[in-house]
Amino acid sequence: MLKKIAVPIVATLIFLGLWELLVWANGWPNYIMASPSDLPAAYSKFWNLFLIMGWQTLWRTVVGLLIAIAVGVAIGMIMGFSRTMRDALYPLLVGFNAIPKATVVPIVALLFVGAHDFNTILIAFMISFFPIAVSVSIGLSTLEPEYRDILRSLGASQATIFWKIALPKTLPEFFGALKVAVTLAFIGTNLMEIVSPHGRGLGALFDSGKTNSDYPLMFAVLIALAFLGIVLYYVVVALEKVFAGWAERQPS
Amino acid sequence: MNKPLIDIKSVLHAYQTADGPLPVLNGLDVAVPEGGFVAVVGPSGCGKSTLTRLVAGLMKPDEGEVWLHGERVKGPRSTVGMAFQNPVLLEWRSILKNVMLPLEIVPTKLSKAAQEERARKLLALVGLEGFEDKRPSELSGGMRQRASLCRALIHQPEVLILDEPFGALDAFTREDLWQTMHALKAEEPFTGVLITHDLRESIFLADQVIVLSGRPAKTQYVMDIPTDGQRVLDDLYTPEAAERLNILRHQIEIAQGRAAPDGEAA
Repeated sequence: MLKKIAVPIVATLIFLGLWELLVWANGWPNYIMASPSDLPAAYSKFWNLFLIMGWQTLWRTVVGLLIAIAVGVAIGMIMGFSRTMRDALYPLLVGFNAIPKATVVPIVALLFVGAHDFNTILIAFMISFFPIAVSVSIGLSTLEPEYRDILRSLGASQATIFWKIALPKTLPEFFGALKVAVTLAFIGTNLMEIVSPHGRGLGALFDSGKTNSDYPLMFAVLIALAFLGIVLYYVVVALEKVFAGWAERQPS
Repeated sequence: MNKPLIDIKSVLHAYQTADGPLPVLNGLDVAVPEGGFVAVVGPSGCGKSTLTRLVAGLMKPDEGEVWLHGERVKGPRSTVGMAFQNPVLLEWRSILKNVMLPLEIVPTKLSKAAQEERARKLLALVGLEGFEDKRPSELSGGMRQRASLCRALIHQPEVLILDEPFGALDAFTREDLWQTMHALKAEEPFTGVLITHDLRESIFLADQVIVLSGRPAKTQYVMDIPTDGQRVLDDLYTPEAAERLNILRHQIEIAQGRAAPDGEAA
């Protein structure tokens, strides 16, 4: 257990050490690349902004992610159960996903100008629902027919088969996709926060760091984002352990 | 004569493919008396699995009739238990909960405690005592197949349908399971249909072996195996067994089109 916590912490410390070394060895000033030793000053100076804006980023990302889960699972179910719908929706979804969301951000920002929360959540949702939809549809459509037959031969309804077999069997794939979606949702949130004028959240803090040439602040924001991403990722891991822990094989 | 429990009368069935209908069963007749155990053998892809789906009510024949216990099969019915080559256990449930799954679908008069007791009894019967709380992934292939047999029998089905249940197991495990099948049948009487590729398995387990012809399949040959008390594996190494196997092998060759039917020049 101790080892489980110690290993990632040591790895992080080694990473920070190498970063510090890189900046020091090249003699870079902090407007080219800030070093880890510049960060504590930035955090202590703006700690209240980090708390407020970090919270704004976090809750909007989570709401966007929740909507992505609801919509992604619904689309995944439709595609998983109907071949026709799968054939119809796949090219649309792939095409939609191929559009760089950075190009959609200004469009959305203009469409719903001033609606910061709505815009941000919308982009976070748009960028993260795709892997969820695909994984759920694949999980459902690759269900071995014998699984269905076992219950169907007893007279079980389609709904019963879904709740007792198809849904739990898809959970490992779903959580795999959710881990990808979590980090994607952060990207979506921040794209909007940076681009949108008078934005909110850590993205806006990053933008103001840029405006004021406060380079250590910009790096501090990046690290704060990474930290939020890690926290949310491990929340998903914890949920996965609870709901799909059975899929993890015991090391033998 | 007793009315057969399973009665398949001149069934015809075809799959719709891009190249038009592909008949898989054509003129199939199978009758299994109550308590009987019929093995169905035949060349690969001859429609054996289609037969199980017809009996289970998962499919309807295009022509002909399937009767179970004097009632025409029109859809799935809870008096059927199934086991496949793939044990399809639910990985997120313990072995005990897997075995009890059918009782969540089929109406039962048993109390929760009685259900669990019955599941434990079945598991003990197949040698899985002490594994009730394990996950399927912690069990070997043979053990999973044992659990799958228990699940097929938990709701006391009239008919047990086995679709190559031992096909993926190694030879020794398979022979163990054959003996388990006899033990189960002694304790939990059922009427059985066994689909298999293994002729030794068919004569060891069944009291009647039906050979299907190549596609489209019809009943080509029927062999009765006398049931004279307890069967042991040694029975498979007697001259009588060798003779039966020879006859069956010859019939399979005919079904595959590799040998001419009896009476014609080879």
